[in-house]
Amino acid sequence: MGFALLVMVLEPFLPERAKQINFYLTVLGLIAAAGASLWLWNHSGTNFGGMALSDNFAVFFRLVFLAGTFLVVLVSKNYLSAERFVNGEYYSLLLFSTLGMMFMAGTLDLMVIFLGLEVMSIPLYILAGFRKTDVRSNEAGMKYFLIGAFASSFFLYGIALLYGATGTTHLQEIYNQLPDLQGRGDFLIYAGAALLTVGFAFKVAAVPFHMWAPDVYEGAPTAVTAFMSAGPKAAGFAALLRVFALFLGDYKEAMEAVFWVLAVLTMTVGNVLALVQPNIKRMLAYSSIAHAGYILVAVVAGGPDGVSAALFYLLAYTVMNIGAFAVVLAVEAKESSNQIGDYRGLANRHPYLAAAMTIFMLSLIGIPPTAGFVGKLYIFSAAVSANQIPLVVIAVLNSLVSVYYYLGVVVAMYMHPSPASEKNQSFYTAPLLVVLILTVLGTLQLGIFPQALLQAASDSLVGLF
Amino acid sequence: MDTQILSWVVFIPLIGIPVLLLLPKERPQLVKWTALGVAAADFLVSLYLSANFDAANPGMQFSVAIPWIESFGIYYRLGLDGVSLFLVMLTTFLSMLAIYSTFSAINEKVKGFYISFLLLQTGMLGVFVALDVFLFYVFWEGMLIPMYFLIGIWGGPRKIYATIKFVLFTMFGSLLMLVAILALYFLNRSATGNYSFNLFDFYQLALPLNLQIWLFLAFALAFAIKVPMFPFHTWLPDAHVEAPTAGSVILAGVLLKMGTYGFLRFLFPLFPNATFQFIPFLAVLSIIGIIYGALMAMVQKDVKSLVAFSSVSHLGFVTLGLLAMNLQGWQGGMLQMLNHGVSTGALFLLVGMIYERRHTRLIDDFGGLTKVMPVFAVFFMIITLSSIGLPGTNGFVGEFLILVGTFRTNPVWAAFATTGVILSAVYMLWMFQRVMFGEVKNPANAGLSDLNWREKAVLVPLVVFVFWIGIYPNTFLKNMEGSLENLLNQVNRRETVLRTLPSQSWSEFMAGGGSSQAQTANLPANNVP
Repeated sequence: MGFALLVMVLEPFLPERAKQINFYLTVLGLIAAAGASLWLWNHSGTNFGGMALSDNFAVFFRLVFLAGTFLVVLVSKNYLSAERFVNGEYYSLLLFSTLGMMFMAGTLDLMVIFLGLEVMSIPLYILAGFRKTDVRSNEAGMKYFLIGAFASSFFLYGIALLYGATGTTHLQEIYNQLPDLQGRGDFLIYAGAALLTVGFAFKVAAVPFHMWAPDVYEGAPTAVTAFMSAGPKAAGFAALLRVFALFLGDYKEAMEAVFWVLAVLTMTVGNVLALVQPNIKRMLAYSSIAHAGYILVAVVAGGPDGVSAALFYLLAYTVMNIGAFAVVLAVEAKESSNQIGDYRGLANRHPYLAAAMTIFMLSLIGIPPTAGFVGKLYIFSAAVSANQIPLVVIAVLNSLVSVYYYLGVVVAMYMHPSPASEKNQSFYTAPLLVVLILTVLGTLQLGIFPQALLQAASDSLVGLF
Repeated sequence: MDTQILSWVVFIPLIGIPVLLLLPKERPQLVKWTALGVAAADFLVSLYLSANFDAANPGMQFSVAIPWIESFGIYYRLGLDGVSLFLVMLTTFLSMLAIYSTFSAINEKVKGFYISFLLLQTGMLGVFVALDVFLFYVFWEGMLIPMYFLIGIWGGPRKIYATIKFVLFTMFGSLLMLVAILALYFLNRSATGNYSFNLFDFYQLALPLNLQIWLFLAFALAFAIKVPMFPFHTWLPDAHVEAPTAGSVILAGVLLKMGTYGFLRFLFPLFPNATFQFIPFLAVLSIIGIIYGALMAMVQKDVKSLVAFSSVSHLGFVTLGLLAMNLQGWQGGMLQMLNHGVSTGALFLLVGMIYERRHTRLIDDFGGLTKVMPVFAVFFMIITLSSIGLPGTNGFVGEFLILVGTFRTNPVWAAFATTGVILSAVYMLWMFQRVMFGEVKNPANAGLSDLNWREKAVLVPLVVFVFWIGIYPNTFLKNMEGSLENLLNQVNRRETVLRTLPSQSWSEFMAGGGSSQAQTANLPANNVP
């Protein structure tokens, strides 16, 4: 693991001026890191005095992060040249952020989780405001920064309270002390856990801590939005699952109630508000809130099934959502607009792009045979087996609501006539094409032959339960 | 080939899709003929299937079971019995004719149309032969999307409204069914310890009545929306009126049967006690559907929405026959599914043919067509009479059996249902009279050309079936009898065995499911393939 991280940190600093090399080095670094992570599969171990650890859970998440970053780096290449960004720091910021995510997934220490959270978030604040001349982008960066800092302080205070109750920030040790604390330090544990929850809820944009998401998603450069919607969310859930699903067993009922409410609110608010968004980035922002809600359903379900369902879903979501954003980027590059209305007639102008978008939208709805369907099925089945049937019914009805806005995009692409009949086929650049092919294949692969990755998701829990 | 023949039937249309994609866009005729070739090939393979079907064997034939997603115990499991055989035949037959009928109507986005159509065909066929409940659900949901495109892209002026309504209605039912399927999966797992979505494992499950009721409601809603039963029928007229002709043919001919098939294959045998509890309620809804559909059909101005409402009425007959819970009722219901596919499919084709000529479907715009289009008039007459149920045509046999079956169960229901037969004569004949007879008042109708050879070729096979089923229904009845009896016994025997089960809450069952195993042992296991 150390090697992988080293590569990642060093990479961006090597070339100072050569612009193209940066891109290739980044890609290479990501692949190397993925290879190293893969090698660590089934080789658990800890390092740095127990601060860093590598188990299958961490490896699974690392691979999800790296895959997400890899796809985003590919789509960014053209985007950067189109927007005339200086690209050196762009890639290094992406990599730093990814590094932070990996910290978050691979530790049992709350302090390291916090550290990872900051390493992940700070580059994101900069990236969100990357379009220096654009007011919206500035607003996004500023807003994200302020709210992120706010969330961090909640999180830190939560850690402080838990430390006050137990005298340690290591989750395993906290967990061992819980039985002794019954009655004596309950209040501190509850308060600490509540503050941690708030911190996480901000990061994964769970309602009612979601207010930043739509503005930031809309304002940030689209490639950055794609990045934010996948990796950091997965990282937030990685840490959240570590902390709650695995280590607060004795406080299960209280936490379950909290997450139940969060899940219902997040799904419902996300889906209902997504219905009325005319801007596709904003729509996808609300949709990503809704998807966080589905994952919270898996958190409520808990247990091995719930956690591996969440893992699988995060993977599926990363693939299909970055795919959808790749299409948004392509359309934005061509038509310089993000209004759903401007997708009208896309099927005539760019039939393959429209077909890819349709697959992503169907997958986001959860229609078989796509990744989204298997993911939802896994989550729902975990929740049914945990006797959470009312919650599943609410989730299912939410999926129904989501049908309307996702299909709205499809309706625009296929069923409305094209406003202008210009026909331009020549914008499929190689990296974009690679991303589209990978994400489409991934979405279908996870939907039709999910066995291998379902198995991987449940193998990631080895040693945790 | 024999072991995978069902897979071939299901996936031949899917294999046709990449072929269509490779064809040049500039040659729509080539695309059309290729699509027809694919559908015809599928029909031929399904003919082979029916030729080798063993009527004496009531169980599943041509079975396939391959592990698919081991983590959940999901299998790729197909099988065919006397119930599904005819629905598969109907699907391949109607799809082929429907594709042939579109050669002149579809001139825009030709490739997309046939790709959607073939995708739809695979979905429908899969629904009828899937024996793994998960696989069934995948086909059931997957088939929504191509239909959504067929209505939404090639439909009429209010196509977007109609297609979204269709999707939302269907999804509402099927998502709740998904929850129920998952619940069944876990109930089965806690009772037997097996990870399985096998329908026949679920058949063996001994569930207390209170649990059955909830699961029944979820399944019943999904199927009732699809059928559609009153009061869930409101999507149907919209979808039918806006859909392109071939879409309407398939929608009426096959898609609606997925709901009634679901009643037979899933709802009744899985939840026998709940079924018997709800029979009176569902029967009343069916009768309301029969009469309401007929009355609505009577006042429609548009021929196509008239046919759409007549579907509601006819499907009411089908569900009523199934709810009679005896062999006659079920045979009648099955036969009426086929009849409705043939007659209503043909009606939509006829309406489509006249629409292509006049670009209107309003009854008032026509009149006196017999004089201008004599061949069309003959076909229209035959199909109209078959839809009414004139003796000698297919409709008569089906409705007669349904009424006999219903009468045995409850004479009052039969009496009410019979009014539907009378009303159907009223609305169909009245429509026929206004469209076909009298003077040619509208000069636009005077110059209409009669049917061409392609349109005749589409209609003749349907007419053959009208008379074949009408005069010698035994070909069909004898093949389905064994399987229907088998299912019926399954429902009845399970009903008596399970009636004594004490009620248990969900968590009680999940906790102590093993104890109910004593009950499962008594159940007949003859249905396992």
